[in-house]
Amino acid sequence: MKRSIWQLPRARMAAFSVFARNFLVWRKLIGPAIVLNFGEPVIYLLGLGIGLGALVGDIGGLPYLVFLASGIVASSAMISVSFEGMYSVYTRMVPQKTFDAIMATPLDIDDIILGETIWAAFKGLLSAVAILIVAALLDAVPGGWMALWALPVVFLLGLAFAGPAIVMTAIADNYDFFNYYFVLVVTPMFMLSGVFFPIETLPDWMQTAVLVLPLTHAIEVIRPLIVGEPVEHLLAHLGVLVGFAVVAYYLAVALVRRRLWN
Amino acid sequence: MTLPDPPAAHHHSAIPPVVRARGLVKCFGALRAVDAVDFDIPAGHCFGFLGPNGAGKTTTLKMLMGLADFDAGELSVLGHELPAEARAIRARVGLVPQGDNLDPDFTVRENLFMYARFFGLSRAQVAERVDALLDFANLTHKAEARVDQLSGGMQRRLTIARALVNDPEVVILDEPTSGLDPQVRHVIWGRLAELRARGVTLVLTTHYMEEAERLCDELVVMDHGRILDQGSPGQLIQRHVEPDVIELRGTVSDGVFATLTSMALRVERHGTAVYVYTRAPGPILDFLGQPDGLTVIHRRAGLEDVFLHLTGRELRE
Repeated sequence: MKRSIWQLPRARMAAFSVFARNFLVWRKLIGPAIVLNFGEPVIYLLGLGIGLGALVGDIGGLPYLVFLASGIVASSAMISVSFEGMYSVYTRMVPQKTFDAIMATPLDIDDIILGETIWAAFKGLLSAVAILIVAALLDAVPGGWMALWALPVVFLLGLAFAGPAIVMTAIADNYDFFNYYFVLVVTPMFMLSGVFFPIETLPDWMQTAVLVLPLTHAIEVIRPLIVGEPVEHLLAHLGVLVGFAVVAYYLAVALVRRRLWN
Repeated sequence: MTLPDPPAAHHHSAIPPVVRARGLVKCFGALRAVDAVDFDIPAGHCFGFLGPNGAGKTTTLKMLMGLADFDAGELSVLGHELPAEARAIRARVGLVPQGDNLDPDFTVRENLFMYARFFGLSRAQVAERVDALLDFANLTHKAEARVDQLSGGMQRRLTIARALVNDPEVVILDEPTSGLDPQVRHVIWGRLAELRARGVTLVLTTHYMEEAERLCDELVVMDHGRILDQGSPGQLIQRHVEPDVIELRGTVSDGVFATLTSMALRVERHGTAVYVYTRAPGPILDFLGQPDGLTVIHRRAGLEDVFLHLTGRELRE
C-alpha cells in the first residue's frame, strides 16, 4: 500500500505532454526569450571576445574569440538549464501547483519530471543555438557545419544539468535557496571548467578536481567540434554526461515524490 | 420462509459500488488521520463526506485518486484496486481540488485543451467537448481570457469544466463552493445536479450543511478519522436529532432554563444561545411568549444540528 520513492521511474511518451505544455507557454513569450538568448551572447562575445581578446591574443592555439565562443556555447546551456530546472520548475511545482493539477490526470511524477528534464535541456539547446549563430556571424566557428555536431552534445549536457537543478527544486523552501547552488556549483563550473581559459593553466590538483565537473567534459567535446579539431576520449566524456543525466534524473524523481506524495 | 429483497436494496446489490473501502487506515506519524473506515459509494449517487477541519475528508479523497498512500485496508475505484491501478482510475475520474490550480499561462480554452492532452486526448478529439464544457460553465464569452482575468467564481467553474474534459464516470470535488458568493454557489449546485442527472457519480467533501442537504443522496459524517454515521440527510436528521429546534439568543435565566429542560427532550447552552430540541414545540413557544431581550427562532432540525450533535461544538483550530 505504501509506494517507495526509490521505485525505478518508468519512461513513457506521456512525458511529452508536459514538454508540450512548457513549449506552448514559451511560444507565447517568445519575444523576451529571444532577446535573452541572443542579447547575452552578443554582449559576452563582443565584450570579452573582442575586447579582452585583443589583450590576450591566441589561447591554446586559437583566437580568443573562437576559444571563448566554444566555451560559452556550453556554459550558457548549463546556466539556462539550471534556471529552468530551479526557478521555473519551482514555480510550476509550488506556487502555481501545476504539478498537482497534472498529477490528477493519468500522469505520474516520473512523467512530469521526464518532461521537465527534456524541456530544460531543450531550452539549453536553444541558447546554444543562439550563441552558435552569433559566433558564426562573428566568424568564430572555424569548424563550419561540423559544429552542428556540438548540438546533440549540448542537449546531453542539458539532461545532465536538469536533474541536479530539479533535485535542488525538490528540496527548496523558497527561491533564495537556489543561491547556494548558483554560488557553490554553477559559478565555480563557469569559471573553472575551461570556458574562459584552458584547464591546463590550473594547478595540477585542480586539473584533476575539475574532472568531476560535467561542464569540463562537455567542453572537452564541444570545443573541438566547433573549432574543427578531432575529439579525444569522446566516449569517456559522453559517458560522464550520461551518468550525470541518469543518476540525477532518478534522484530528482525520488525527491519530488518525497515532496509531493503523502 | 424467505422474503424477497425490497426493490431498492435489490437495485443496489445488482450494480457494484463505484468506490469500495474496507478498513482504510492512513497515518501521519502518530496521528491516525483516517482510522479504519468502511464505505461503499453507489454508482450514480452524490456521496458526501461531512466533517470539521482535520476530520480526514481531503485525505480520503486523495486516497481515492491514488494521490495519497494508505497504511492498511482495501480500496477500489471503478473495479480497479489501489494503489496498483491508480493511473487507470485517474483516466476515468475527474478531480476538482480544494484550491484552484488552473494554468495561469493559458487562456480559458487553452486550459481545457492542455488538460485533455494530459489524458492523451488530442485537440481534434476534444474540440466539440471543449465548446460544450465552456457552455456548461457559462464561460464561452471568456474563452480567450487569461485565467487571472477571471473572477473567483469563474475560476471555480473552469476548474469544474476541466475536471470533465476526460468525460469521467466519477467526479471528486473537495469543498467545491468554499469561499464563493451565494449566487455562484447556486449556479454550481445546479451544474452538479445536472451532472448527477446524467449518471455521473459525485463524491464531495463540504462543511456547508446546506450544500450537503441539497446535493447529497447519502453522506458520512467524519471526525478524527472515523465515520460517526452514514445515511441520507433525512435519515441522519431523524436518527440523531428531534424534529424541532427552538433557538434562544440572549440572556436565558436559570429558572427559564430549568423549565425548558423539563418541557423539552434536550436543552443545550452554547455561548450566548440556548438550543431546545423537541417533538412538541407548541407548549414551549406558548411558555416563552414574547420575552424581552430574547430572540426566539423556531425551525426544523437540519443537518447542522446532526453535525454539531455528532462532532461537538468546540472549536477546531
